[in-house]
Amino acid sequence: MLVVEGLVKRFGGFTAVSNVSFKVDQGEILGLIGPNGSGKSTIFNMLSGTFPPSAGSIKFEGSEIAGLAPHRIINRGIGRTFQIPRPFRRLTIFENVELAGFYGQGSHSRAKADEAAEKALAMVGLPTDRRAPVDGLGAAGLKKLELAKALATSPKLLLADESLGGLDEAEMDQAADMLRKIRDELGITIIWVEHIMGVLMRVVDRVMVLDHGEKISEGLPSAVSSDPKVIEVYLGTDADATQAAAAEKRR
Amino acid sequence: MNQRYAWPIAVAALIALPFVYRDPYHLHILILILIWSFAYTSWSLMGRFGLVSLGHGGFMGVGAYVTALLWNHLGLSPWIGIPIALVSAGALALVVAYPCFRFRITGHYFALVTLALSGIVLQVITATRDYTGGSLGYTPERTKGNNIVALQFDDKIVWYLIALAVWLAGLLIWHVVDRSMSRYAMEAISEDEDAAAAAGVNVTFEKLRITVISALMTALAGALYCQYQMFISPDTVSGIAVSLQMVFAVVVGGIYVALGPTVGAIITLLLAEFLRIFFGTKAVGWDNLVYGVLLVLFIIFLPKGILGSILERVKVGPAKAPVVKKPA
Repeated sequence: MLVVEGLVKRFGGFTAVSNVSFKVDQGEILGLIGPNGSGKSTIFNMLSGTFPPSAGSIKFEGSEIAGLAPHRIINRGIGRTFQIPRPFRRLTIFENVELAGFYGQGSHSRAKADEAAEKALAMVGLPTDRRAPVDGLGAAGLKKLELAKALATSPKLLLADESLGGLDEAEMDQAADMLRKIRDELGITIIWVEHIMGVLMRVVDRVMVLDHGEKISEGLPSAVSSDPKVIEVYLGTDADATQAAAAEKRR
Repeated sequence: MNQRYAWPIAVAALIALPFVYRDPYHLHILILILIWSFAYTSWSLMGRFGLVSLGHGGFMGVGAYVTALLWNHLGLSPWIGIPIALVSAGALALVVAYPCFRFRITGHYFALVTLALSGIVLQVITATRDYTGGSLGYTPERTKGNNIVALQFDDKIVWYLIALAVWLAGLLIWHVVDRSMSRYAMEAISEDEDAAAAAGVNVTFEKLRITVISALMTALAGALYCQYQMFISPDTVSGIAVSLQMVFAVVVGGIYVALGPTVGAIITLLLAEFLRIFFGTKAVGWDNLVYGVLLVLFIIFLPKGILGSILERVKVGPAKAPVVKKPA
C-alpha cells in the first residue's frame, strides 16, 4: 500500500532522516518507535506533506506522493493526527470534525461531511451534539477529537502520531484498543508512532525502530524487542518512559 | 419568526425612505454611509479571520481611479470601466497576496506588506499627476442630467437606491460566507494553518479566495464613491488613511457581526460631520485623532465592537435557556 524508498530529510547541515526505506501492507498496524529526536515525526511530516523530502520516494497505492501539498495527500487517503492535539477552538467539536469531513474527503459535500463527522465521533466515543464546545474537553478528549478529525477524512492509511502522551494507563489501553478497533472495523491501515513501547507492542503487527534518523530494526514485536541493537538504544528510554508513567500515576 | 419578518420590513422601509423624506443633505449622508458600509463590510470579510489588511485603501483607489481614467481618457462607460477596475484590483490582490500566503507571511507581517500596497497606490496616483491630477484630485467629465451610460445621476434618490442595493449585496455576501464551510476553514486557518492543512483544507487557496472577493468588493465601493461624488483625491479613496479608517470603523462597529461595519460607518461618518459642522476648518484632521484614541480604547475594552457587544448581551438570555432546560 505504502512503499517508501531511500527517504532523506536534511535541515541545513543536520540530517534528521537518512536513507530510510520501508513498506506498509494493506490492513496492518505498523509501529514506529525510537527515542526522542530519532526522526519519527519528521517521517510523518514528509508522508503527510507538511514538508517535502530532501531525497527519496514515497509511493502510495502505486503513485508518487512525495512533495505533494498536504491537502492533496489527504484527498488521496492519508490522514494524520498531531503529537500534541491541535483542535480549532473557535469551532465546536462537531464543526472541527465536520470541517475535516468536508475538505478531507475531497467531495466538498456538506451532507457527506456531516455523515462522516457523526460516524467518526461515534467511533472515538465523543458526543455528536452539534453545540458542544472544544473547551470542555480534557487531555483524553482532545486526543479523541484529534483522531475523529483524522477519521472524518475517510483515510485508507492513518498516521497516528504519539497518540498516548499525557494519558494515564487506563486511558492508554483504551486508546490502543481504539486504534485496533479502527483497523478491524473500518479496515484502515495504520502507522503508529509512539514513545511508550509497552502498549504499542501489544497492538501492532510489525515494528520499525529508528535511531538518529536511521532504521536499526524491523520485524515482529517479539523479535524486535529482543534485538540487541534495539535494547542498546531503547532500553534507557524505555526505562525513562516507565519512570515517567509511574510519576504520572503518583500524581 | 420575528427575525424572519424583521429583515423584509427593514429593507422595505429603507427603500421607501427617500420617497417620503427628501432632505438632500440627510440623503447625501445616508448615501455615503451606505457606500462606506459596503467598503467596511468588504474589509471585515477577511478581517474577521485575522487577515488584517491595511491595503484596502489601495483597492478602493484602483476602483475609483481606473473607472474615472477610462471614462475621461478613452471614453469608456463606467459599465465597462468598473468591471475593468475590478479585474485590476483583483489582479493586484493576487499579486500581493499570493506570495504572502504561499510563503506564510501572516499576522503583523501581512499587515505590513499590505500597508506598503496602500502606500504604493497612493504614490502612483500622485506621481502620475499628468493623468490623475495628483494630490489635487480628479473629476470625471460631467454629462448633463441623468445619464445611465455615464452612470451619472443628478437625482439623489437614484444614488440612494444604487447604494442601498450594493450595501444589501455586501451583507448577503457576508451572510453566505458566514454560513459556508469556507468560514470553518478560515477560522481553522486563523488558528493553526498546519492543522487546517491536515484536515484537507487548501490553505493558500482559501485565503486567496476570500482576499480577492474582499478586494473586488472594495474596488466596487471605490468606483461607486467616484461616480457619486464626481470628485476623487488620493486622500479620500486611497492611501493609508483610508485603510486605517476601515480598520477603525469595523473594530468600533463589530468585526464578527454582519451589521458591525455598518454601525462603524454610521459612527465614523457622523463623527466626521459633527466635527466639520461644529468646529469647521479648525477641526480638519481631528477626526483622525479621535479615531486613533477610540481605536486603542475599543481594542482594549470592547474588542467585539459596539454592535457585537450589544448582540452578545441580548443573546445571553435566550441562549442559556435551552441549556438549563435539557437536564429537566
